[in-house]
Amino acid sequence: MTAMTSGELERIRRGLALRKQVDKVFVVLGLLVLLACLGVLLLLFLDLVHNGAQRFGWKFLSSFPSRRAENAGILSAAVGTSLIMLVTSLVALPVGVAAAIYLEEYAPKNWFTAIIEVNVTNLAGVPSIVYGLLALGLFVYQFGLGQSIATAGLTLALLILPIVIVATRESLRAVPKTIREAAYGLGATRWEVTKDHVLPYSTGGILTGLILGLSRAIGETAPLITIGALAFIAFLPPAPVTGQFPFLSFDWLGSEFTAMPIQIFNWISRPDQAFQSNAAAAGAILLGMTLLMNGVAIFIRYRFRRKINW
Amino acid sequence: MSESTIVNFAPDPRKVAAMQGHQNPERAAAPSVSIALEQRGTAHANPAKATAENLNFWYGKNHALKNINLTIPEHQVTALIGPSGCGKSTFLRCFNRMHDLQPETRYQGAITLRPDDVNLVGPETDPIEVRMRIGMVFQKPNPFPKSVFENVAYGLRLRGIRNRSELGDRVEKALRGAAIWEEAKDRLDDSALALSGGQMQRLCIARALATEPEILLFDEPTSALDPIATAKIEELITELRKDVTVLIVTHNMQQAARVSDFTAFMYLGELVEVDATSKIFTNPAKRATEDYITGRYG
Repeated sequence: MTAMTSGELERIRRGLALRKQVDKVFVVLGLLVLLACLGVLLLLFLDLVHNGAQRFGWKFLSSFPSRRAENAGILSAAVGTSLIMLVTSLVALPVGVAAAIYLEEYAPKNWFTAIIEVNVTNLAGVPSIVYGLLALGLFVYQFGLGQSIATAGLTLALLILPIVIVATRESLRAVPKTIREAAYGLGATRWEVTKDHVLPYSTGGILTGLILGLSRAIGETAPLITIGALAFIAFLPPAPVTGQFPFLSFDWLGSEFTAMPIQIFNWISRPDQAFQSNAAAAGAILLGMTLLMNGVAIFIRYRFRRKINW
Repeated sequence: MSESTIVNFAPDPRKVAAMQGHQNPERAAAPSVSIALEQRGTAHANPAKATAENLNFWYGKNHALKNINLTIPEHQVTALIGPSGCGKSTFLRCFNRMHDLQPETRYQGAITLRPDDVNLVGPETDPIEVRMRIGMVFQKPNPFPKSVFENVAYGLRLRGIRNRSELGDRVEKALRGAAIWEEAKDRLDDSALALSGGQMQRLCIARALATEPEILLFDEPTSALDPIATAKIEELITELRKDVTVLIVTHNMQQAARVSDFTAFMYLGELVEVDATSKIFTNPAKRATEDYITGRYG
């Protein structure tokens, strides 16, 4: 092959310049789209903060709802949401992790497992109000749990179960085959390999999945309305810790409840303009809680990534 | 192996011509191999530790091992060599039933472990029991992301040993046995992932040694290591013969020549030839073996 003529080289250079232009155009386009998404979220947050500005303060956090907007607060809603999230995580974590371990480590690869796998993924797409209807029939009436924190927690646990299962399976799968072989090679049983190795090494991913699921659940309104959350609650559920033996009480599980999104929905649908500020302030706080949870998820993932790098 | 298959190895007439000089002294292996062999001398076979008898193995419908017959002498190093895909790793993994972790695998025949005559691949033998008696070191160093101590102690913990001083003693003994005690003694509580590649692999050897296995399997243990780390591992393997029977798969023929007493050459799922390593590398009986060790293919 002889050397390139100057004409050919010239043509290559011109073509290259054009191709690099296209590359730059994509970078700019991508950045714009990204900024648009983040910008909308930021605007929404700022708008909420601006509208609810005069409501922020200890009084707002520590007051029950009230007929007068300036006296109303989110105490019962915030406590309700926290307790529901507690029940949701206590149910979704063990059930979701166990299901994921079974599917990933134990289930034989056959048509039955394939059907289960497809359905678990599909469950993530079921509209949340359908979960509400299911919970109304099953938990409220069939099991007689009533319109309680337990019912709400179980309902939201069902809702986020697919998220937890999928996230757990992914982090179990991320544990290299060589590590499993090392453990099997020493004579470990399947359960020993799972509990001593696979599970501990994927804790970061599992917790991240749970928290992402919780931040989905924390904003859910439809299923809670369906099962009959109250919009106006001027009392707190019984305290989980008591002064007398055995110091723990589970009466709060059966308590009626309200939750943050319900409270916001209630305020926003009132004609009085002053309540709109309450809704905005509560919305900002709910959004803040969600972002905080996502932050915790990112932190956990970062910590585990640093400890375990295959 | 049938005669026709052997002829098929060398369709190139020039190769055939080269091989027909059967009395030609130049047919010995590469010079570096010869040097290694001179240092090692010729081995005589110890009593058998394990014997493969008419061993066949299938991955689904793929007949991966065909009628393997091989005796593994006790307290000696047996190397398995052969081109990629010849079944040497598959054969090695029969010894600790690693294939049982995969669905649709099937064994036929026997690998008899002496002196108690257990058939390692028999359906009546529990694969977990087999793995507790036969250790394995893998291709890529695969320490658990736990402390150095916990890595070595894991096999002992599986055996129900809880006593701290006993664990400590046996971990130290294993680390010494794998020639990594001096480097690791001050960092027993550090993560094993902080070690270098060669140290990790010696840690993995220590982990396998801790439970005092009867046979130690090595599956290309140095293929992910640099030459210096490789040299240390090879030296270690020759030392280990005192305590344990070793079966090693290697891609590297110089390595087989350096560390092993016996070498088995495999091709297309069959055992072509097995003999004292010095014999295999200087005067192989089969032409296929000679082609492989002289680098004509593989």
